[in-house]
Amino acid sequence: MSLIARNVVAFLLGTWLSAMQAAPYLPSDDAKVLERLPLKATDPMARELRELRARVAANPDDPDQAATLARRYFRLAMAEGDPRYVGYGEAALQTWWARTDAPHPVVKMRALLKQYKHDFSGALTDFALAGQRDPSDEEIWSWRAALHIVQADYLEATNDCTMLKRHASQVGWASCQAWVDGMIGKASAAYAAMADVYARDTTAAPSARLWTLTRLAELALRMGKAVQAEAHFKQALALRVDDQYLLAAYADFLLDHGRAREVPALLKGWTKSDILLLRLALADHVLQLPGGGAHARALQSRFTAAAMRRDTLHLQEEARFRLHILGDAKRALALAQENWAAQREPRDARVLFEAAIAARDAQAGKPVVSWLESSRHEDPVLQRLARELANLPQ
Amino acid sequence: MMRFICAMFLAFYAAMAFAHKASDSYLTITPDDAVAHIDGQWDIALRDLDFAMGIDADGDGEITWGEVKAQHERIAAYALARLSLRLAGGICPLRVVEHLIDEHSDGSYAVIRFTATCSQPRGRLDRLDIEYRALFDLDAQHRGLLRFTHAGATRSAILSPEQPTVTFALHDGATPTSGRWAEFSQFVQEGVRHIWIGFDHILFLLSLLLPAVLVLRSRIWQPVAAFRLAGWDVLAIVTSFTIAHSITLTLATLEVVTLPSRFVESVIAISVVLAAANNVYPLVDRARWAVAFVFGLIHGFGFATVLGELGLRSSTLLIALVGFNIGVEIGQLAIVLVFLPIAYWLRATWMYRRMVVLGGSVAIMLIAAVWFCERAFNLALWPV
Repeated sequence: MSLIARNVVAFLLGTWLSAMQAAPYLPSDDAKVLERLPLKATDPMARELRELRARVAANPDDPDQAATLARRYFRLAMAEGDPRYVGYGEAALQTWWARTDAPHPVVKMRALLKQYKHDFSGALTDFALAGQRDPSDEEIWSWRAALHIVQADYLEATNDCTMLKRHASQVGWASCQAWVDGMIGKASAAYAAMADVYARDTTAAPSARLWTLTRLAELALRMGKAVQAEAHFKQALALRVDDQYLLAAYADFLLDHGRAREVPALLKGWTKSDILLLRLALADHVLQLPGGGAHARALQSRFTAAAMRRDTLHLQEEARFRLHILGDAKRALALAQENWAAQREPRDARVLFEAAIAARDAQAGKPVVSWLESSRHEDPVLQRLARELANLPQ
Repeated sequence: MMRFICAMFLAFYAAMAFAHKASDSYLTITPDDAVAHIDGQWDIALRDLDFAMGIDADGDGEITWGEVKAQHERIAAYALARLSLRLAGGICPLRVVEHLIDEHSDGSYAVIRFTATCSQPRGRLDRLDIEYRALFDLDAQHRGLLRFTHAGATRSAILSPEQPTVTFALHDGATPTSGRWAEFSQFVQEGVRHIWIGFDHILFLLSLLLPAVLVLRSRIWQPVAAFRLAGWDVLAIVTSFTIAHSITLTLATLEVVTLPSRFVESVIAISVVLAAANNVYPLVDRARWAVAFVFGLIHGFGFATVLGELGLRSSTLLIALVGFNIGVEIGQLAIVLVFLPIAYWLRATWMYRRMVVLGGSVAIMLIAAVWFCERAFNLALWPV
């Protein structure tokens, strides 16, 4: 029996077994804790949210109150990676959700929530409207730049950075432009500019420094300087700010450098996060530890749950899972292609390349090849994969 | 500067996947055959119920069973006020019959079992309208995941703030019958597929069939004289294997007997080793049908695991069981039909007797021995 089929069957079996175990029951002990809530009622944040909600309930037509509540939820969603808060924020803006004449604070919040749902075009439309109304708002241009980078529209991203320079801050522009430059074949110049921002801005908040350091690490990797990259990752980790993006990026670095053994310790206690659970499962798979299938099974059940509500927010992760853990290149390729249609960052490029190579489908990798050529993006890994793809029999 | 970097820092996360699951509730609606009586089950996350109506009475951030129990009436009132069922336009009042708890992938859920008895308007009872309003006012990302089972067919729907209602046609002539036939043929295909990708079953069968065109004389395999003899031997082996695995497949699927899958898989591997070993050191000759029967029993449990993971509901169990079994037989028959003429034609050659029967059996033994070690000791010896 093919190994793919065997792996797929084993995982389906695991999922099925865990589904079988779950049957409604009657707990016997009143003191049994069934659920732990993210916030206690006495938590200051819970109190703040309660007050905001009460104010919105008292003034349902006040866009400022609603936007304030939505913003509070949005920040929680960012910090916790919990989509329920996005839903709460959206519900707070319900009155104006579909209205083109919505007031300014609502439009901006609506854009932020839409991008979190991966509705990039909707978010960009709202950001454009918000930017017209208040061009001095740095946040708007930063987000537009980020979304344009996600869509590999580097020209538009450069325009957004320029808007920052014109209406907001010079240093902000420097970071923004370095970020774009790092994507389009100017990694070493971008690295120098980013390092300059980091050196000059010593009073920045830890989260801001973490952002710059993570970008420095990524730029160093693009320049083929692994040692330097790791130094930046370690600096960023030393800031002791919980950050899933950083953890994911560093875990990927370890996996790429044959150091899967270090991943479980790095990501200890992070199994609730799907993106980090993927890295744990990948490490288990490399290490082949006994009982190592648990993370992969947990991930599979979350993908199944997401599929039930037809969520497509996990395409990149699911493609990697299918490809590297289940060895199902064909399905992984379909997911990676669907993902590439929505978002085009280097990570998205990589999984599509890898899936296309595993499926021996050179044609499927073509869009990434043309992206790589037209953007002149530097990345030793992507370049190597492009060569491997080119060597496939046509 | 600060504001910019903070914004950039957030913008970092553009396009990143959620770290958690969004809010879903799971709603099952099952009208009985007479339609006017409906059974339902609704699983709502405790976290969502707490957000909607406050369950954590002591505010310590932990929801205990005691707290849930004390709120059962309020939970029922909250939920039932947000679900309405109408049969052909006539309202179906809901009544909670049981409160339970269940675990889903993202936490504990309150399970509300309910019944509805519909007031019967005149005219045909040809449609059921379902309207769902839970949590949408609080969480715009909430979804109600609905499974509707009627007349042997299951349909599903995703209820959202944009689409809070759904209508199901009842006794919709086309669906149940064609649905059943489609389901049946799907299970037949799965059965065929399983015997073909289930290398261990093929190897077991082949090990027993290889010497069918030979006969043991003074502990040495000699070609049989007539096709008829080989044919009977094959028929006996395949029939007893089929009867045996049908018995256990049925018993295991009906959950009369269940065995741990690791044990089953390990014994299946041993059965392949032994069947192949018998060709190298012949102990059993004409009675290989008995070997096929005894080990066929364990292979049936293996089939049952596969059938189980295809997802079974009690209403379609019989269809699944019969369809899958027929599929397995078709797959088996195809192997035999290809194997027998070729083997018979080659039976007198040195190549067949030495290389295929002896060499092939040794190779099968080795492969199966590796499987056994993998399965019994949970090792991964194949590079994956």
